[in-house]
Amino acid sequence: MNPIFKILSNLGNQVTSRIWRLGSATRLFLLTLIYSGESFKRIHLTIREIYFTGVMSLIIIVVSAFFVGMVLGLQGYYTLQKYGSSESIGVLVALALLRELGPVVTALLFAGRAGTAITAEIGLMKATEQLSAMEMMAVSPIARIIGPRFWAGVISMPILASIFSMVGVMGGYLVAVPIIGVDHGAFWSQMNVNVDFRFDVINGLIKSFVFGVACTIIALYEGYDAPPTAEGVSRATTRTVVTSSLTVLGLDFILTSFMIAH
Amino acid sequence: MDKTTLDIWVGLFVAIGIAALMGLAMKVGNLTSNTLGETYSVTANYENIGGLKPRAPVKSSGVVVGRIDNIKFDTKAYQAVVTLKIDKRYPFPKDTFANIYTSGLLGEQYISLEAGGDDHFLKEGDRISKTQDAVVLEKLISQFLYNKATEEPKK
Repeated sequence: MNPIFKILSNLGNQVTSRIWRLGSATRLFLLTLIYSGESFKRIHLTIREIYFTGVMSLIIIVVSAFFVGMVLGLQGYYTLQKYGSSESIGVLVALALLRELGPVVTALLFAGRAGTAITAEIGLMKATEQLSAMEMMAVSPIARIIGPRFWAGVISMPILASIFSMVGVMGGYLVAVPIIGVDHGAFWSQMNVNVDFRFDVINGLIKSFVFGVACTIIALYEGYDAPPTAEGVSRATTRTVVTSSLTVLGLDFILTSFMIAH
Repeated sequence: MDKTTLDIWVGLFVAIGIAALMGLAMKVGNLTSNTLGETYSVTANYENIGGLKPRAPVKSSGVVVGRIDNIKFDTKAYQAVVTLKIDKRYPFPKDTFANIYTSGLLGEQYISLEAGGDDHFLKEGDRISKTQDAVVLEKLISQFLYNKATEEPKK
């Protein structure tokens, strides 16, 4: 065949398969929402998943938030003191964490820590035909396996992001006040005046909620769609991290432009 | 892991999350300090508002007593109409001055209220007539240069 036709057909094939995957991921998302009533009937399944996705992610979230906050404090102080406004360091740390770093870094860590686990688990369940066995027993795997994991991710993400922001602010405080010697009162009062609850805190929560939905559904879909082989599961796990990270960063830009625009 | 331990951990997780959110709202954000109680709104006209923005503070003697609700442009008078929301706890006389100042050298702009001596107080919907525009740096510099140029050369 003509090499140009080959390139074109390759391109066409790539685009169609991407759109096809997007479509089936959306179908899985809608099915999860439809079956979520049934999932909530066994609420302990969701609680169990919150333990595995949320509680187990706490350590990585808290430690990285602490370091991110401390680095922000150091870098912020270094630049701000050139302009003689090192008191605004509290504002800088709090706004950077609440608006961007809190939701985004939490989502990236979540994709790496919990998303991969979800994909691998579901992929392996599929490979060992546990999902088919459930269907044989007239138990919907969407209601029983996918639903609880989805809701656990959606609930955990805003909680983790709030914890991330709060711990980050504490890290920034630790660097700015006892170590560098910025005034304690100025640190908190400047922060208090310039951080708006609705505009900064609530918008950050909305972001992390959206990221929670995106990351979890990507992880679930990749696992559900994985070829039932060892290689297939490993590829699906990699794809989960790549796709969720890119989706989170892209969505972040879109959400921020909507939030800033008004 | 049995069910109760799991429940305790998840409960703890959610509780920490709520505590962090409360901390963000109270300590970091301004949910407690800057929310105004009952307010009354008054308007003020300016030739030039500089970089004044909605939600900027309205201060008197440096204390925040209100916020700017909205800024419109009046096509009849070709002036900016600024609506101020002032806390009901702080009544101001009718002849109060409303000046636009800048906090610090490059900081944000705000409206400063300086109370006059009138016996009547501002009510909902009143207009503050005594206003002073924002200082435009370019105007100030050109005025300064103009004055310098017209100065008599020293002998």
